[in-house]
Amino acid sequence: MKKATVLALFLVSVLACNSNDDDASTPAIESDVTIKFTQSFDDQPVTASEFSNLDYTNENGEQLSISRLRYLMSDIVLTDVNGIDTVISEYQFVDVGESSGALLEAPIKFEEGDYTLSMRFGFSDADNIDAAYPDLNAATWGVPAPLGGGYHYMQMEGVYINSEDVNTNYQFHTIRAAENPGDDVILTDTSIAVNLGTVSVEGLATTIEVNMNIEEWYKNPNLWDLNDLYTMLMPDHEAQIMMNQNGQNVFTLGDITYISE
Amino acid sequence: MKKHILLCISLALLTSCGSDESDPVAYVPTPAQIDTPLIFQQLLPAAVIPEDNPLTEEGIALGKRLFYDTRLSLDNSISCASCHKPQEGFSDNNAVSLGVDGTPGTRNSMPLANLAFNYFGNFNWDGSATTLEEQHEIPITSSIEMHNTFADITTMISADASYPLQFEQAFNVTTVTKTEVTKALAQFVRTMVSGNSKFDKYLLGEATLTPQEQNGLDVFLDETRGDCFHCHGSPTNPLWTDNIFHNNGLDTSFEDRGRGNITGDPNHFGQFKSPSLRNLAYTAPYMHDGRFATLEEVVNHYSEGLVYSDTIDPLMKSIAQGGVHLTENDKQDLIAFLLSLSDPTFINNPAFLPN
Repeated sequence: MKKATVLALFLVSVLACNSNDDDASTPAIESDVTIKFTQSFDDQPVTASEFSNLDYTNENGEQLSISRLRYLMSDIVLTDVNGIDTVISEYQFVDVGESSGALLEAPIKFEEGDYTLSMRFGFSDADNIDAAYPDLNAATWGVPAPLGGGYHYMQMEGVYINSEDVNTNYQFHTIRAAENPGDDVILTDTSIAVNLGTVSVEGLATTIEVNMNIEEWYKNPNLWDLNDLYTMLMPDHEAQIMMNQNGQNVFTLGDITYISE
Repeated sequence: MKKHILLCISLALLTSCGSDESDPVAYVPTPAQIDTPLIFQQLLPAAVIPEDNPLTEEGIALGKRLFYDTRLSLDNSISCASCHKPQEGFSDNNAVSLGVDGTPGTRNSMPLANLAFNYFGNFNWDGSATTLEEQHEIPITSSIEMHNTFADITTMISADASYPLQFEQAFNVTTVTKTEVTKALAQFVRTMVSGNSKFDKYLLGEATLTPQEQNGLDVFLDETRGDCFHCHGSPTNPLWTDNIFHNNGLDTSFEDRGRGNITGDPNHFGQFKSPSLRNLAYTAPYMHDGRFATLEEVVNHYSEGLVYSDTIDPLMKSIAQGGVHLTENDKQDLIAFLLSLSDPTFINNPAFLPN
């Protein structure tokens, strides 16, 4: 009986293989997918090589430089037309100055077709667990316990020329907004859902650019005046809420490039 | 006859292969591991151990012997431990290190602790070495430090009564080169882990902070007061350094360009690596040039003494006023907290002391 069962299974397998082998349709092409994180100040690219130059002018008219830019994106997901999610990465830490983290390679190949790309700026509350990520701890990315713990979303720093014409350091740090720092801190999730729309995966490799337009942090809907808000912003609940509002349109889909053979 | 000759040749080949690549009597060193503190296990990635230099008991012991051997210097006058003294937190109390002829160098001796947990591949104040093996080449050959050559060192090792056997057992070599010397030193230094301070115990629920230490921690973590955590970590980063480079407002211009000497980038002039805040009780004086004799001077610098330069780190605040002007109470409490990061068991650990 057992032998007969084994034989039957074997025949089914062989037939199934044959059926596939004889199929005239072309096998689905699978593509390597890479997410490429870039930064710009409107149309000016921002890379480590432009760091520390007072090259940029924000909406409020302040001339500024960028000398450190680190940020975290989480829940990076491609969703196919059937609504099935594939997580590319739980989180990605981008350090522009160290030229690290800009390229995120998906751990699996994707069949050609249309997908929607989504991610989150910073960690959602559910993932923003104090001390939970050893690599981020080593990168000194944590937020102190009196401010609720967890992790920064972004550290953007540099110099701006203030209203008295003095070069002044700024620290534009975004975190989960915290009221009443200390034992009774009240937290507001100010991470930002980023939905980048439809991307087409094609050929042997697909590279999808996701660009941060830094200028957006300073203008929409809140006109940002660095003379008022340039330092010690982490414990400033209202500033963090404004950053969240201004950050809604910071990330956009950039170029998508393909390698077909 | 031909068959016999072929058989003999085959046997000879097999015999010679065996002796070169898999000598059945070759000594196999004993694998070793870093004694990783519990708090590191909970919070940090694993230590960085290069695949081509795994830790072994024999390699570590050999590295320790080399570390304390004055014959590594040109005139046999100083060893690694001359500038990295155990009781001084494996640093020394000179503002800048003294070389073989007593001539002062240019930098303060960096404390040696937890270097196996430097994940960013940058060693020395300026990141001039990208591995610990590479790091050990620099002081040995520097003309203002040990001023020796590896040719002379390997000659000394070959003539020594016991070094050749130690190298053979650690690395399976009969001819010692720079590679094995630096590998052994790196193995020993990687084992030098400090994670048993009062504050570590506090994090593990085994100690209580005094009110002064607790307020000092609050100052350290408060962006409007100390704001020390952005460069030196926090309770979630028990290394107490970010292991990256900053210009912390010491000077308006730079005789020593620091990181800029390595990269050539003017934006890096005056940048030096954040040192760990562990073991400050033993490692005075402070800063890359040892200019501050006490922690009070260090805290006063950040509170009132910052000066502007083109590359000053943007994390430095209120520079026009010299800093954020901490209260005297906050200063003293901050120092009390900093001292809670010192680890007496580290500097007295027999594993790191001379035999």
